[in-house]
Amino acid sequence: MSADQILDHILSVDHLSMRFGGIVAVNDLSFGAERRKITALIGPNGAGKTTVFNCITGFYKPTSGSMRLAHDDGHNIQLERLNDFRISKQAKVARTFQNIRLFPGMTALENLMVAQHNALMRASGLTLLGLIGAPSWRVAEKAAIDLARTWLERIDLLDRADDAAGNLPYGDQRRLEIARAMCTEPALLCLDEPAAGLNARESASLSELLLSIRANQGTSILLIEHDMSVVMEISDHVVVMDYGVKIAEGTPQHVRDDPRVIAAYLGADEEEAIAVMESGT
Amino acid sequence: MQTSRAPGVAFIFKKALISALVALVLFSLMIGVRTEAGSDGQLTYWTRFGDLAMMVATVFGGSIVVELLRQWWGPVGTVRVVPPQVTSALSFAGRLVAPVLLIFTFLVPVIFYNERYILDLGILVLTYVMLGWGLNVVVGLAGLLDLGYVAFYAVGAYSYALLATNFGLSFWICLPLAGILAAFWGVLLGFPVLRLRGDYLAIVTLAFGEIIRLVLLNWQSLTGGPNGVTGIPRPTMFGIPLSPGDDGLAAKLGIEFSPTHRIVFLFYLILALALLTNWVTIRLRRLPIGRAWEALREDEVACRALGINTTTTKLTAFATGAMFGGLAGAFFATRQGFISPESFTFHESALVLAIVVLGGMGSQLGVALAALAMIGGFELFRGLDQYRMLVFGMAMVLLMIWRPRGLIGHRAPTVFLERNQAISSDLVKEGHG
Repeated sequence: MSADQILDHILSVDHLSMRFGGIVAVNDLSFGAERRKITALIGPNGAGKTTVFNCITGFYKPTSGSMRLAHDDGHNIQLERLNDFRISKQAKVARTFQNIRLFPGMTALENLMVAQHNALMRASGLTLLGLIGAPSWRVAEKAAIDLARTWLERIDLLDRADDAAGNLPYGDQRRLEIARAMCTEPALLCLDEPAAGLNARESASLSELLLSIRANQGTSILLIEHDMSVVMEISDHVVVMDYGVKIAEGTPQHVRDDPRVIAAYLGADEEEAIAVMESGT
Repeated sequence: MQTSRAPGVAFIFKKALISALVALVLFSLMIGVRTEAGSDGQLTYWTRFGDLAMMVATVFGGSIVVELLRQWWGPVGTVRVVPPQVTSALSFAGRLVAPVLLIFTFLVPVIFYNERYILDLGILVLTYVMLGWGLNVVVGLAGLLDLGYVAFYAVGAYSYALLATNFGLSFWICLPLAGILAAFWGVLLGFPVLRLRGDYLAIVTLAFGEIIRLVLLNWQSLTGGPNGVTGIPRPTMFGIPLSPGDDGLAAKLGIEFSPTHRIVFLFYLILALALLTNWVTIRLRRLPIGRAWEALREDEVACRALGINTTTTKLTAFATGAMFGGLAGAFFATRQGFISPESFTFHESALVLAIVVLGGMGSQLGVALAALAMIGGFELFRGLDQYRMLVFGMAMVLLMIWRPRGLIGHRAPTVFLERNQAISSDLVKEGHG
């Protein structure tokens, strides 16, 4: 793939397929996500977007295909060889969930502290240094609280830091989940429908947050989204899926005018779609 | 406090009528008719409709009373209408409970020096406080339902008993060994049950507890089988025995020997062990491992997405809980001087689990109060003979109606920026294994 060599892809998905019994959820999908860019994965309901996400973040083991993550320092990681928590710990891929999965009985601050588990585990000498209250542990703990405080400030929740996460309004929970994912200091941030259920004002502040993450942290972002205003506003690159295959990709403007995408979204049947395609090309 | 959800008079009567009807059907044969074999072997029977009517009336009345109590005190509405002064006074009193209780516990041997019964009861209560705190790590913090906790208690007790009787090792060397061995068995149990959740986890841990007991019962050459292990050495105060001899503690201090010395020593020993358990648990909660346990209880999938190794997190919870169980077991062995598999039945596991659930899962103070209520209360009802269990069961049912999340249901955060405010029990998950 020549495009692959020119563009600097942090994530390259190659011929990814995922079958559940006889159902093909994702069929021979290939796409890339550029470094320090926002890539959107869109498509009608049931197109297989979340399945792709679950493959990338280690919740599913793909039937075939490869997913390569190229870190800034040059070392590559094949994501399909890692599983479970190692995707986040070693490959530095963080994710959020379509239906928010915060720790509702823990405070907003505690949620962000749990996210720094691996770094804090090392600092606490696998608990032993922490148990005796070693100075090095206290320094690390304070740094972790400061990082959490910074993120709470950025998502405008500093005054609710000590409230239970389950008590926060829906929009705040969405932003807190993103902040929690960012506290793992990821190279690639995967967001599953971050704007779902948000009103226009909350969507706008979400877009702002994502753009500032890209600008300040340099984190690459891959997101699934149905809210087209968010997708069009912040995406650098859009990949469109339908029935488990990629039907189009390109800049937001390019994708918006693509007849196949329009056909897929309008729910036209195959003949009509072909007719639309032919008339378009 | 009439909320929209509070049912009216008609509802209460309907419920009472249904309860009475069920009671009538159930008791009509059990109480209403009494059968006996006659002198020639023929069936004779007579009716006791008076008793039956009384029983049904009791159920009818009781149902109304329970329903009324639920409306007044129970969690019916979302907002409890309690004056703010009362709330603040209660929370002030609540903060004093733990220190007052601790000071009182320290003074128990001084106040009740001559009452052997109270001292023995105090040791028993403290043993269960320690077991409760140990199990609290597994059930309360990590949310893993463990019905076989007594297995670790047994491992600790037999570790000390066998090491001391066979190799002559002292209590203070055996104590950490017993803890380590129990933790090892905790990890061993942890491995096969890692993938199990909820009910399945409970069943497997229950079976594990029984397996340990059966091994102890049948491995005659090592454990002595049902005869148990006898002649377990009494603990020494760091090498100085608490005996009437010339090298005993009393002789060295130049005071008159009294068997109470040993009881007082045991009291402070288990108090120290329990406080150690408490201190370590409180400390661990504020460390990443403790937060990971609680996060695991809240949402395991989210934990994995954050890069937390759920396998090792669960195993450390099992191992930590088991270690405290093992330490308590070693204490039990040295206190009794004799142990047999009979001391480690499922009943013990259930009792410790009841203490944790009753106390409010995750709450250290709640577990201590529940242990006091369960063990102390059980002794209190001794005068009621065969009705003891009944009264006790009823007390537990009532408590669960009024405080479904235990005596102390709310959760204290492990870290805070400005305000250290408790988290309501409605938000805190119980965990699903």
